[in-house]
Amino acid sequence: MKYSHANRLGIFICHCGVNISSTVDIETVKKALTGYPGVSLITDHTYTCSNPGQDMIRNKIREEELDSVVIAACSPSLHENTFRKTLEEAGINPYKLEIANIREQCSWVHSDRKVATEKAISIIKAAVSKALLNEPLTPISVPVTRKALVVGGGIAGIQASLNIANSGYKVILVEKEPSIGGKMAQLSETFPTLDCSQCILTHRMVEVERHPNINLMVSSEVTRISGFVGNFEVTIRKKKTYVNAEKCNGCGICIEKCPRKTDSEFDRALSKRKVIYRPFPQAVPNIPVIDGEHCLYLLKGRCGVCRDVCGPGAIEFEQEERFVKEKVGAIVIATGYETFPIENIPEYGGGTIPDVIDGLAFERILSASGPTGGEIRRPSDGKVPKEVAFIQCVCSRDPEKYFSYCSKVCCMYTSKHAMLYKHRVKDGQPYVFYIDIRAGGKGYEEFYQRASEEDEVLYIRGKVSRLYREDGKIVVEGTDTLLQENVAVRVDMVVLATAIRPSQDVSRIAQLLKASVDENGFFTEAHPKLRPVESMTAGVFLAGCAQAPRDIPDTVSGASAAALMVCNLFASEELKHEPTIAGVDEDVCSGCGICIGVCPYEARELDREKRVATVNEVLCEGCGACTAACPSGAAVQRNFTDKQISSMIKAILA
Amino acid sequence: MEISYYPGCSLKTSAINFERTALSTLEELGIYALELPRWNCCGVMFSQSADNLMLQLAPARVIMEARETGRKRLLTLCSMCYNTLKRSLLFFKRNGEKLKKINAFLKLEERDFSAEGVEVIHLLTLLSELDTSNFKMKIKKIKSNLKVASYYGCLLTRPREIALDGVENPQIMEKLLEIAGFQTVNYPFKTDCCASFQVVNRRNVVKKQIRKIVTSAVRNGAEIFALSCPLCEYNLDSVQQELAQEDETFTPIPVLYISQLLSLALGQDPKLNDFSLHRIDPRPLFKEKGLL
Repeated sequence: MKYSHANRLGIFICHCGVNISSTVDIETVKKALTGYPGVSLITDHTYTCSNPGQDMIRNKIREEELDSVVIAACSPSLHENTFRKTLEEAGINPYKLEIANIREQCSWVHSDRKVATEKAISIIKAAVSKALLNEPLTPISVPVTRKALVVGGGIAGIQASLNIANSGYKVILVEKEPSIGGKMAQLSETFPTLDCSQCILTHRMVEVERHPNINLMVSSEVTRISGFVGNFEVTIRKKKTYVNAEKCNGCGICIEKCPRKTDSEFDRALSKRKVIYRPFPQAVPNIPVIDGEHCLYLLKGRCGVCRDVCGPGAIEFEQEERFVKEKVGAIVIATGYETFPIENIPEYGGGTIPDVIDGLAFERILSASGPTGGEIRRPSDGKVPKEVAFIQCVCSRDPEKYFSYCSKVCCMYTSKHAMLYKHRVKDGQPYVFYIDIRAGGKGYEEFYQRASEEDEVLYIRGKVSRLYREDGKIVVEGTDTLLQENVAVRVDMVVLATAIRPSQDVSRIAQLLKASVDENGFFTEAHPKLRPVESMTAGVFLAGCAQAPRDIPDTVSGASAAALMVCNLFASEELKHEPTIAGVDEDVCSGCGICIGVCPYEARELDREKRVATVNEVLCEGCGACTAACPSGAAVQRNFTDKQISSMIKAILA
Repeated sequence: MEISYYPGCSLKTSAINFERTALSTLEELGIYALELPRWNCCGVMFSQSADNLMLQLAPARVIMEARETGRKRLLTLCSMCYNTLKRSLLFFKRNGEKLKKINAFLKLEERDFSAEGVEVIHLLTLLSELDTSNFKMKIKKIKSNLKVASYYGCLLTRPREIALDGVENPQIMEKLLEIAGFQTVNYPFKTDCCASFQVVNRRNVVKKQIRKIVTSAVRNGAEIFALSCPLCEYNLDSVQQELAQEDETFTPIPVLYISQLLSLALGQDPKLNDFSLHRIDPRPLFKEKGLL
């Protein structure tokens, strides 16, 4: 047997004030364990975790030449690390420690002193049997590439990038569109303070572009991710933009002269843009791109006006897409959201009635830089709508037909929409159909109250059953559940608060990362409360709506938290990883591969030549799933071997 | 192609024109509907609304009869029969326990009941599965500018699990009518209920509903209704007539089964249609449009 056997083991029993000693009779325990096989010393202390307590342990280890220690105290999740350090300071291997939990699992849950004392004895005996077989271990260390990849350049990606870059680490920010800014750049004013979205966003976009630590890659996509925490290798595809960003001086004459127009994505098809374009005037970088799907030169070989007028000769129709390989230590996923397409909602006239639009389109109508210059005009004929219906929870909270979750931002932005509409069309009447109002946020409830009371927004509690056109009006039929009667409102325009959906990129990126997504397609966090910005994959962090529907304040704070986790990881040159991982006994392993399937961390692979399983020690979290599943006993968890477990059971049953 | 056919009660009496035109249309397109040798009333959708297994006996017997023919598909024309039979089939597929119980009862008749091996299919679905080019080729009449409002009523698309087309905006009738050369109109109330059996004792409810449906269809340009339910036909036809008597401004439009229009378009003998069964006579309109 290769495990070293402890000759000199010491037991330290903690009173934890009276937390333990009031239920467990410490003297009886000490008596019962005196002379127990392998035990050289048994002593106690009121607070073993206190400084005097730790001093006592250190001194006893030295005096008695102990090489193994059992501390009977609280849960190992509390002080295992504390006591490991104590052991290290006393000169013995920190993994020669075993904690016997006689507080959470004994004194706190029993009232009968006799029963509790007997149980404490059993628990300590089990810990002793395990400790005697504990091996000295050294933490696994791996080098860290101190450079982060941020996927997505919306407000989440911008915030995370700036935070990481300002901490002194390099960042690669990858955005699939020609400009960063994301959905926030499209918004008019933001709830609940009504500050202009672009005004608060654009200087941050510029900061990103100018930051010496940020390598901004727009019109790009991550196509491959391999490796593991601290050591990822990523491949980024730079899409064809047909404009050489190095040469372009951003003068914009190409845009002016381009003869062809198509729908502006940024304005939600409410306006036209040129085929060579920048998505919006404040785009970062401010370099135009050519839309290959509509360019006459690229489609038919005619035109080429932009190339002819470009002074610096930046137009390159021959441009090929490029693939860039980068090494990074951490990844932040900030792929954002899309709104559920209204074309898929025929019952609300989506795609058939031009004056039925979604919330983002209404943001563009409200925006001073939008298609109407901030004047409220409806898409079909440019008339000012005198009555507007806003419908909340379109496809959200609708488990029968669409999605069961709440999209979170709609109650507030609908309040904002109705309020801004009323401010600009004084004689107009906004109606809001809602299920209930969720205004849980700083200043949110007050904002909603202001909309409904000061701005005379008419709130109707109930769902809308259908929309149709009649005599130039749109009839909105629904139920008023407060009055308990059916209502039909005749309006000029309808705004649908459609569900927030994860960006289509999410499923692709989740596959690249082997990260998990929930039933709605949003990324899953490692723990919903205590590890909210970490993904299930080590070294991959989450920010913004890639994880769940979120408003701007929540997105920004989450993105900063994700950035902090990245900086945490980068704080040292090497990553220390717990050595209590599950290894493979190659002599016993038959290469069946069962362990590979059960491993939730993708830490195991099959070595095809040797026909045995191999373990990536950095990815292994020591959960023990493989050791339980392995039919031959080849998967062995360090300091948690089958032999240790059976000896613990024997000690308890003896 | 042969298919089992379940007529239901109305198709042999008040809706005989529906049966005749539907079967002749199918025949023209190469489908022979073979009437079940023995059948009873489908049980009507009341059988689906109460938690009383006895009420499921009527549809169960029809399904059993269909199974015994050995042909998989069972054709229905009436929307209500379609709804009842299809839901009953689904009920037994989902409730193994109930199936066992009803089977135990039917054992007395020395018959074996199972929900497997039978598929209930509506005329509209069957027609829409056909090769459209063949269908188009057979259309005899020149393109008619007759504007038709499809009326689905509530039974073809509700509940969702038995819907024969999109629940919110079904298009199956429009597509068939367009193939046959008719113009179709869009209006918001095509899947509204006609108020159904309320006609027996709450005629005002039906009147209100029919007025809404008809006014909207006419406003959108409809000249005639096409439908596939004998009860909807009765309600729309008779109540419109009543509304017209009470209110001079109300313009009634004729109500036809979709197969009647298809049969005309195929150039079949207009006598199949038996226009005398209609309270609002469609003949003047058909003559005007060159269909007669």
